[in-house]
Amino acid sequence: MIARVEIYPGRYHDSVRLMQVSKALQNVDGVADALVAMATELNLSLLADMGFDPATAADAGPNDLIVAVRADGEDAIAAAHTALDDALTHKVAPSGGLDAPDPKTAGSAAAAIGANVVLLSVPGEHAFVEAMEALEAGRHVMIFSDNVPIEQEITLKRYGGDHGLLVMGPDCGTTIINGVGLGFANAVQPGSVSMVGASGTGIQQMCALLDDAGIGVRHALGTGSHDLSEAVGAAATLQALDALEEDPATDLIVVISKPPADPVADKVRRAADACTKPVVVTFMGETTLEDGAGEVLRALGRPPAEYGSWAAPNDEHRPGFVRGLFSGGTLSSEAQFVAAPVLGAIGRHDGDEGHAFIDYGDDEYTQGRAHPMIDQTVRLERLAAAAEDQAVGVILMDVVLGYGANADPAPELAPLIERAVERGAAVVVSLCGTRGDPQGRDAQAEILNRAGASVYLSNAAAAREAARLGTTRSPA
Amino acid sequence: MSDLSHLLDAEPIVATAGTDMLADSIEQQGSAVSRADWRPPVPGTEEALAILAADGRTRAANETAVARMLAVRPQLVDVTVARDVFPDMTDRTFYHAGPPITWERASGPMRGAIIGAMIYEGLATDPEDAEAQASRGDIDLSPCHHHGAVGPMAGVTSPSMPVAVVDDKAGSGVAYSTLNEGLGKVLRYGAFAPETIERLRWMDSVLGPVLHAVLLRRGPIDLQSLIAQALQMGDDGHNRNRAVTSLFLRELGGALVKGADAPVEQRAEVFRFVDGNDHFMLNLVMAAGKLGSDAASGVPASSLVTVMARNGTDFGIRLSGTGDQWFVAPAPPVDGLYLGSFTEDDASPDIGDSTITETVGLGGFAMAAAPAIVGFVGGTASGAVRRTLAMYEITVAEHPMYQIPMLEFRGTPVGIDAARVVRTGVRPQINTGVAGKVPGTGMVGAGLVEAPMECFTQAVNALAAAVR
Repeated sequence: MIARVEIYPGRYHDSVRLMQVSKALQNVDGVADALVAMATELNLSLLADMGFDPATAADAGPNDLIVAVRADGEDAIAAAHTALDDALTHKVAPSGGLDAPDPKTAGSAAAAIGANVVLLSVPGEHAFVEAMEALEAGRHVMIFSDNVPIEQEITLKRYGGDHGLLVMGPDCGTTIINGVGLGFANAVQPGSVSMVGASGTGIQQMCALLDDAGIGVRHALGTGSHDLSEAVGAAATLQALDALEEDPATDLIVVISKPPADPVADKVRRAADACTKPVVVTFMGETTLEDGAGEVLRALGRPPAEYGSWAAPNDEHRPGFVRGLFSGGTLSSEAQFVAAPVLGAIGRHDGDEGHAFIDYGDDEYTQGRAHPMIDQTVRLERLAAAAEDQAVGVILMDVVLGYGANADPAPELAPLIERAVERGAAVVVSLCGTRGDPQGRDAQAEILNRAGASVYLSNAAAAREAARLGTTRSPA
Repeated sequence: MSDLSHLLDAEPIVATAGTDMLADSIEQQGSAVSRADWRPPVPGTEEALAILAADGRTRAANETAVARMLAVRPQLVDVTVARDVFPDMTDRTFYHAGPPITWERASGPMRGAIIGAMIYEGLATDPEDAEAQASRGDIDLSPCHHHGAVGPMAGVTSPSMPVAVVDDKAGSGVAYSTLNEGLGKVLRYGAFAPETIERLRWMDSVLGPVLHAVLLRRGPIDLQSLIAQALQMGDDGHNRNRAVTSLFLRELGGALVKGADAPVEQRAEVFRFVDGNDHFMLNLVMAAGKLGSDAASGVPASSLVTVMARNGTDFGIRLSGTGDQWFVAPAPPVDGLYLGSFTEDDASPDIGDSTITETVGLGGFAMAAAPAIVGFVGGTASGAVRRTLAMYEITVAEHPMYQIPMLEFRGTPVGIDAARVVRTGVRPQINTGVAGKVPGTGMVGAGLVEAPMECFTQAVNALAAAVR
């Protein structure tokens, strides 16, 4: 073993750096022990404790560098000195910028850009804490997440109401503010019609119909699927209605909701009646979105609209039940509302016999997978099965376009539609989209139509057509 | 209130948490989005977080607590003797760092420091005698934090030791700390060698009285102003106190030179001692921190962390809204750099009250100010900056006086919110020294440690139980 102590006068390095350098020397093969340090009193005693002769550094002071190495031979000592030079002259490349780490909460993300809206799609059990923080910071909240306990929704909406903040959701799929869509939303032309809706696809269908009739949309405020429950009492719907009444650039207000519990419906009706602006209330289950859009046109002094449609190339089809394969809950229930008077009883569940309209966007079918508006896998499977099912004569399905939805749904559906038509089934598509949607509404329609489907921009019209086909050639 | 005009008059500015798809689709429309890298909270805190959110007082309570923390103006007013300022201190009482601990559970450096202090106080003749008495229960142990005091590493404070008195120029609080012994074989790292005891005797016979006389002559020294200046000179206030110690010596200089109360040799010794110890000011920075920490205590529903402290066995925290309750978890090992041939095998788990610095926006929270010690954080200055930036996520304020040049003089992140810690999983990071685990060893290194999540999980649940 050789012990070597060298002193480099005036060669200052900071102590932390030198601790790293010492470590580098200790890792050299053949080196038993090493100390690289400024010759302070502490380090001199450390040198002695490590068994080096303190006399070797007797003249050194705090501004002098000590390099002490104990090794099994001259080669190892030399290697240690090479390691020393490497370590002391080591250049570290600048490692990235000085950017802040990504924000970890909605609150800090919002603070980073001065957001006025926080959009949450975290699991429902965690949404309340994030939403409350946003409200306390004076921001509006849209909660896309579902499965938020109702008492938390009530707390959030009460706080929002008291502080002039809108709580859109939980389970709010669609909102449009000044033309910017949040969640599933269609590209709309600027306009002076604004809407309030508890139903996301209801808002989307209304946007699509008005767009096709040449009417622009200013705001579409989603309030969440539970807002019209008795417990929540339309808190956000009433607040939004009030705000649109005050909004100088809104000339007409549309209220869309799922069938409300009666006392709540009354409250919304009374609030609508109290507005000075014209208000069109479309309570799903009492009327259709098409009727609602018609009322809007009347109120604006426009003629009734002929909503776009693409007739099926072939009107022949095998007899059988109507099978509705939906991704939008409101579109599914509206189709049932329209078709039931013609078809009679309509089932709602996968596997139901007879006529059945199923909402594959329902929780029951979305566990562990993306919403069918994004990922069509489940509906593609059901479409393929319906094509082979001789009891099914007519397949009715919705295709929802817009931001957030599947980027190009028609080509995925087309081969299966072709096959269903070849097998003798009729396919009717309710295409919910606007001309400005990124998927290209008319291009999507043409792909579906060429595959053999009839395509309707009005969901009610698609349902009527499916019901007609289901009765004109009904099974024995 | 129904006016939503600030929502409806312009395009929305949106922040998102959750699926990227929703943020993508807003960007697709040409609007800017700020995305949170969101993750679920630490398991076992979901219900407590919901209770606190529903209670609704926590945000305002934290603002109140941090405002009190930041309102103190710590100044060093005196150096006196422990038994004179702690009325409950008997001849056999030893204050220590961290949450309460018994001799049986005490770590190596804690035992070493108690042994050393017993020898220093003349209660024991040698280490064996001290250990025998301590294990018979013939001494009283009590946390410094229970007496308005703080101590670095083992933090052992015994009746004869000189203590600094730091009071609040803007209020009525007062906090105490021992004086720093320097590095090497020192009591706070668990050493009890003859030189250790000898140094302690010199400190009570020369250092304490000289500083007492000097302070009487020149008046109080404003600590906050020194700390604020030092952050702009490369200190973090915890692991690097070279600049603040230099500034302190300048404050002291005139009175020390002029002072006729002590022989010139003694005054020269004091000058050399302070000058030769880059950590001299650590204890005073800690006492200044304790003043802020105490001021922030006792705000109902506040999840602000007022104390983080370790005794080498347990890591403990306290919240403003949960009174004197400690929330403890095993003290973690330190990720460190080691002196000489010491390695992590020689290291005691994390120890000391010096985490009071992180609690008030210094130390690991001011790492970006201290490029000289970036070796602890992977060796790059940008790494140090990122460490500090990460702490803004779990704090509720930015320090009005402690500023970081590298961050365009942004105030350091201050006021740790325990709820944000469990929500984000981001743990407070601490710069610290490392003591040898064998009693009597002394310092073996320095490095970084993160506060254990378990403390925060317990604390948030206790706060939720308190507000319910």
